[in-house]
Amino acid sequence: MISWWLLPLFAGLGVAATAGPLGSLVVWRRLAFFGDTLAHGALLGITLGILFDLHLTLALIFSCSVLALILLQLDKYTGIASDTLLGILSHSSLAIGLVVLSFFDNVRIDLMAYLFGDLLAVNQNDLLWIFAGGSLVIGLLIWQWRGLLASTVSEELAAIDGYPVKWLKAMLVLLLALVVAISMKIVGVLLISALLIIPAAAARPLAKSPEQMAMLASLIGMTSVCAGMAFSFVWDTPTGPTIVVSAASLFVISQVYNSVRK
Amino acid sequence: MNPELAVVKTEAETLIRAQGINQTWGDRHVLQNIDLAIAENEIVTIIGPNGCGKSSLLRILLGLNTADSGKVTRRKGLRIGYMPQKLRIDDRLPLSVTGFLMLAPGARKERVQEWLERLSITALAKQPVQRLSGGEWQRVLLARALLIEPHLLVLDEPVQGVDIQGQRELYQLLPELRNELGCGIVLVSHDLHLVMAQTDRVICLNGHICCSGHPDQVSVSEEYNSLFGHQNGQQHLAPVLNNELAPELAHYTHHHDHTHCADGHIEGSDECTHVEKGGEHKHD
Repeated sequence: MISWWLLPLFAGLGVAATAGPLGSLVVWRRLAFFGDTLAHGALLGITLGILFDLHLTLALIFSCSVLALILLQLDKYTGIASDTLLGILSHSSLAIGLVVLSFFDNVRIDLMAYLFGDLLAVNQNDLLWIFAGGSLVIGLLIWQWRGLLASTVSEELAAIDGYPVKWLKAMLVLLLALVVAISMKIVGVLLISALLIIPAAAARPLAKSPEQMAMLASLIGMTSVCAGMAFSFVWDTPTGPTIVVSAASLFVISQVYNSVRK
Repeated sequence: MNPELAVVKTEAETLIRAQGINQTWGDRHVLQNIDLAIAENEIVTIIGPNGCGKSSLLRILLGLNTADSGKVTRRKGLRIGYMPQKLRIDDRLPLSVTGFLMLAPGARKERVQEWLERLSITALAKQPVQRLSGGEWQRVLLARALLIEPHLLVLDEPVQGVDIQGQRELYQLLPELRNELGCGIVLVSHDLHLVMAQTDRVICLNGHICCSGHPDQVSVSEEYNSLFGHQNGQQHLAPVLNNELAPELAHYTHHHDHTHCADGHIEGSDECTHVEKGGEHKHD
């Protein structure tokens, strides 16, 4: 018999494992705000999904990917500073999503679950999405790791060296979109980038190589999921936020360890 | 293979050729009709004041930018090793020197080791890249450029921020590398007067190519003599400096008959006569 908490646990672990290497790349390439924007815009995807009665996960993945590609283009061609642009898009798409969603009286969707996550409501189907998506993300990252890292160090050098810099960047933002879409149920729109960034930042002082940092970030993320679930059962707190609080605590511990070591 | 063909092939092959390059940024005509070719085994130094279009030209040659007009042809399969002037790696990326070098396409551990030894930086192998001094980092960047086994080595301001000793070592090393690898080398410098002594050709750039040619060749030519007749003071000063302090350096004197306004526009005549003076060429 499968215990009721095993599904959410595996879902959380799957997302955290995937978020490790991807989150490290997000930290190195300063894409944190980008991920936030994708997550906020994802609410629009949910709204669209309901409007057209689509498969919600597919609608999410699709809308996140489209948004990611649009952002990638806008970044190149507008004169607006990219943080301003992302700020505008991020919050206006969240607001539009909320407004449009309120037009439906018969919404059978728990908005709070999408904003803050509802890990315990994860079903087998979600788990399947997480593991299929997660394997795809990790597989592609491993396959293109050297090029991704080279263009993180310097896009120009990587381009001269013959790495397909533009394709790699497009791939990275699409993978980010995919992860945002599949982890939405776990921690929700507002906390997704926390799951990407905090474990990676916590791993930084302990790592001597990019690969180490990516793997440590996965481990720290997975530890946060376990700890967060345990604490949320004991104290009856919301699971998603408790996971993020655990990750933040691990971050503080790693920073303290780092300054003591020096 | 036809043996006759092999004989004909002794002439150095052109690696990269730029023809009629024009580039404008806003209303500034940064590059005007640049023609430039670099051959195997050739060392070319491109000099010019700040804002003369060096970086724009370099970016076009490297394929990072496309010129407004003109074309760049590369020899098929040309591999370019590029040593940037500056490269800052974010503290958030934990990367050792070896890890950094392994990012060069096709890099292997043994080759990395070889170049580290050759450039006398083996001790740095495990150091985080963020902790290197300017001179050490330059060598690591050079090692990376060499790791891709380049046909053309491009160095952007390679001695900026490097002490005299480091500069001498680099200027001794580059001709050696050229001989071993048979690669073409392009150096870019904002120093208008001192160039690497073993430069085959100096190209002075200021929006357009002001002058170019082999320093030696120009210095012994008749034009040189006639033009330098009244410039002796300067002529004597430079070689003394070179000889005593730095045999790796050569002096380069400009004689422009036009002046550039601040925007790069040429005052008066379109024609320019320039003279280059080769410095010391005592190869030790």
